[in-house]
Amino acid sequence: MPVTVKLQPAEAIAHVQRSILPTPFYSRTSRLNLNQQWSEWNGFASAVYYGDAHLEYFSTRNTCGVFDASPMRKYRFSGADAAAMLDRMVTRDVVAQAVDTVAYNVWCTDAGRVVDDGTIFRLGTEEFMLCCADPCYDWFCLSAVGFDALKIEEISEEVAALALQGPTSCALLKAMGFAGIEQCKPFQIMRFPFGGGEIMISRTGYTGDLGYELWLDPRDAEQLWDQLFSVGAIYGIQPLGDESLEMARLEAGFLAPDVDFHGSLHTVQRGHDHSPLELGLGWILNFKKPHFSGRAALLAQRESGNYRRLLKLDIEGNKPAEHSILYADKKCAKEIGYITSAAWSPVVKANIAYGLVEAKYFEGPIWAEIYHQKELRWQRKVARCTRVTKPFWSPERAKATPPPDC
Amino acid sequence: MSNPADVIIIGGGHNGLVCAAYLAKAGRKVLVLEAASGVGGLGATREFAPGFRAAVAHTLPQLGRQLVKDLDLGRHGFSLAADALPTIALAPAGGHITITADGLEGASPADSTAYATYLKLMKKFARAIDPFWHKRPPMLGSGGLRDAATLGQFGWNLRTLGKTDMREMMRMIALPARDLMDEYFESPPLKAALAWDANIGSKLAPRSPNNAVIALLYRMSGDLTGGLPLARGGTGGLTDALAAAAAAHGAQIRTGSAVARIVVEQGRAVGVELAGGELIRAPKIVSNADPKTSFFKLLGARHLDIQFTNRINRLRMNGQVAKLHLALDGLPDFTGLAEPGGRLLLAPDMQFIENAFDAAKYGGYARELPMEVLLPSLHDDSLAPAGQHVLSAQVQYAPYNVQGGWDAHRDSFLDNTMASLERYAPGIRDRVVASELLTPADLEQQFGVTGGHWHHGEFALDNWWMNRPTYGASQYRTPVPGFYLCGAGAHPGGGIMGAAGSNAARAILEEN
Ligand SMILES: Cc1cc2nc3c(=O)[nH]c(=O)nc-3n(C[C@H](O)[C@H](O)[C@H](O)COP(=O)(O)OP(=O)(O)OC[C@H]3O[C@@H](n4cnc5c(N)ncnc54)[C@H](O)[C@@H]3O)c2cc1C
Repeated sequence: MPVTVKLQPAEAIAHVQRSILPTPFYSRTSRLNLNQQWSEWNGFASAVYYGDAHLEYFSTRNTCGVFDASPMRKYRFSGADAAAMLDRMVTRDVVAQAVDTVAYNVWCTDAGRVVDDGTIFRLGTEEFMLCCADPCYDWFCLSAVGFDALKIEEISEEVAALALQGPTSCALLKAMGFAGIEQCKPFQIMRFPFGGGEIMISRTGYTGDLGYELWLDPRDAEQLWDQLFSVGAIYGIQPLGDESLEMARLEAGFLAPDVDFHGSLHTVQRGHDHSPLELGLGWILNFKKPHFSGRAALLAQRESGNYRRLLKLDIEGNKPAEHSILYADKKCAKEIGYITSAAWSPVVKANIAYGLVEAKYFEGPIWAEIYHQKELRWQRKVARCTRVTKPFWSPERAKATPPPDC
Repeated sequence: MSNPADVIIIGGGHNGLVCAAYLAKAGRKVLVLEAASGVGGLGATREFAPGFRAAVAHTLPQLGRQLVKDLDLGRHGFSLAADALPTIALAPAGGHITITADGLEGASPADSTAYATYLKLMKKFARAIDPFWHKRPPMLGSGGLRDAATLGQFGWNLRTLGKTDMREMMRMIALPARDLMDEYFESPPLKAALAWDANIGSKLAPRSPNNAVIALLYRMSGDLTGGLPLARGGTGGLTDALAAAAAAHGAQIRTGSAVARIVVEQGRAVGVELAGGELIRAPKIVSNADPKTSFFKLLGARHLDIQFTNRINRLRMNGQVAKLHLALDGLPDFTGLAEPGGRLLLAPDMQFIENAFDAAKYGGYARELPMEVLLPSLHDDSLAPAGQHVLSAQVQYAPYNVQGGWDAHRDSFLDNTMASLERYAPGIRDRVVASELLTPADLEQQFGVTGGHWHHGEFALDNWWMNRPTYGASQYRTPVPGFYLCGAGAHPGGGIMGAAGSNAARAILEEN
């Protein structure tokens, strides 16, 4: 029998031309992306910036901006064992987490090294959604061994996601008819009828400012985008690209996977992965919980005190300390760590960064060796770093319920 | 919750009883909870037909004198029905070779000479590693002095074999049984009989690499008689004596008390809940059940780390041995054998064993099955009515996960077994009054051993010593404080030996 192979013409496959997949908002985002600057995120096109990264960034601090978070990986955990399974996998108390709330979490190997971080949405007593930046299904399956009344499904493509962030975000949602949204507390979830079904709005985000994340059926995605941009015009709405979000998250004190830390399963060399304590996530390690994976190792580490610290640093001068090595002295004789993220913060008017510093040195003096260019000519500068304990940017409005002007 | 004990032991198999006896002897208040109506686990002697009794584990090659002495088992009723049974490599048409503790009978001169060399070398190796069966395995990277010392002693013992023998051991250690036997011997049934002990109990056959020599040395770990001993009253005679010794030291033993789960509070094992709902507290809980039962059914994955849980989940637990018990109205005739008084090995050559394994690998079983056969009633008249006999056989390979399930295959497997037996003992079918075939599924169901596995998990290099059952639980302690292992799934492994039980008891006593 002759074998016939029917190949699809390349043009018929949506992602072939760009080599990347369109998100449910692509028809809209691609129109706004003036320079067609795209990065690839889990196979999807993600705008690097739409017009001007700084302008977009300022919308998160002064008006509001919209980030297409659809490429985020989303998983549904359901069944009688779902709470127990997640509770054992992550570091915070999932059993006690209230329905319709969200909690930021990490999950660790037996040795207490971070596999990944993400947010857990409790949608019901036996139903959860977990969102993380990278695929993690394999780890979830390993973590599910021994829990039978449990189903884990990847639902990334079934849920479109937008982050609406900035001081006017609440007012805009209200103006769009989501009545009562001003009563939504940080990390709380509310639901509203929308399009053909329902939209879920959580008061969460990655900018540290007042903001919401909107979760809905991809078929209603374009309608949501259009409404946001028509009603939002007078609220100063802007689309946000990766670059503006990167600045905002650094100011807010959030970690970026594969930037500030490497998942333990993706590192080869000893010490190239991280414990949550090193990453400053001690506050989400719930040691009151009798068990979670990695607990014994983390407890021992905490007791020893002997671990590196990812510090928030305020660095003198205005040259971002990108890729800098850190030293204990101005002469740069004793190397003690390195910078993971750095930027000039427009809103706090400071040269900010995260630096990972050896256990022995994190309380002492820290100097960053910064290289920067002046008209293509490289300059070297050794700048004093000051430790900052609070997030660089944490406005009251982000916590207030109802938010101001709403 | 009542609190009657310092230590609760889940399971009254021989290892649980040994552990109980040592702990009780050291003054601990011990409570043994056994699911079955009697003690002994796979070693218990049971009546399988009116007047006919047998134990699943029928010989005691691994049992040591130290245990018998420490627990004064003679005083508690233990004695031998036979002390040095030979193994007889049967040839279907006669011309059998008898393997005794010190040599061969009926073999070619070349084989006899080779056997002397082989035995001397193997005994030397066995002596070098013998102390380690009875010691807590070291933990790598612990920084502990004890662990370093154990590792050092291991190296030293190998080194003191002398350069030539140490090199030879290193060369031989990972050989498949087939290569080893081919190297030394010429008689096909002799090779098959010697290869048998290198593989039985695990999912391995003569051509499987890595485990043959270790398994052979392990089988040689007993020093009760220098031969193959049988307990009077069947292996249950030993386990009853263990129970009596434990009780004499004050241990309390409750049968018919299946543990449903281990109670964990604040990350610590603090008690057990019985199937009937009764809660009993104790600061230390020890499990004689296999690792999968212990960690998944009794403890629960939620109390364990993720990677550890997966290592336990990946343990290979599919049993391969079926047990046949026949009630015979008289002594069967084995062609060319005056009296079937030894352990008979029914495999014409190693390929015959391999063929049976090949079928089992893919969830089937062979038409012709190799087996080891014993007539314990020849040595012990308490096992069968006068003039009648019990035949006890270990039949390979009977894969736990047979395609279609054992209910669909039990009869046909029994047919194949009987036909294979008939080749050596024509007319034996006519002597059968009653029979019992225990497939791995039956063993699992009746004895609570996952997969019906001989060793409570493969006895193989990846699951050996500091990896038994896996690192993190290889020193009888588990990641959950207060919870310990003492069964065959822990170091050193299966077989009636009591080493897991006594090593566990020592580990627990050393903690205080
Ligand atoms: C077919 C076969 C033939 C064998 N032949 C031989 C042989 O000839 N010679 C030899 O040396 N070895 C032989 N073995 C191996 C030997 O029988 C085992 O390795 C040995 O019995 C293991 O002893 P144990 O005490 O660790 O466990 P077991 O004997 O399995 O005892 C475990 C006990 O725990 C109990 N238990 C389990 N779960 C619970 C619970 N939840 N609550 C309460 N109690 C529980 C069980 O009922 C059982 O009594 C054979 C094994 C098999 C399968």
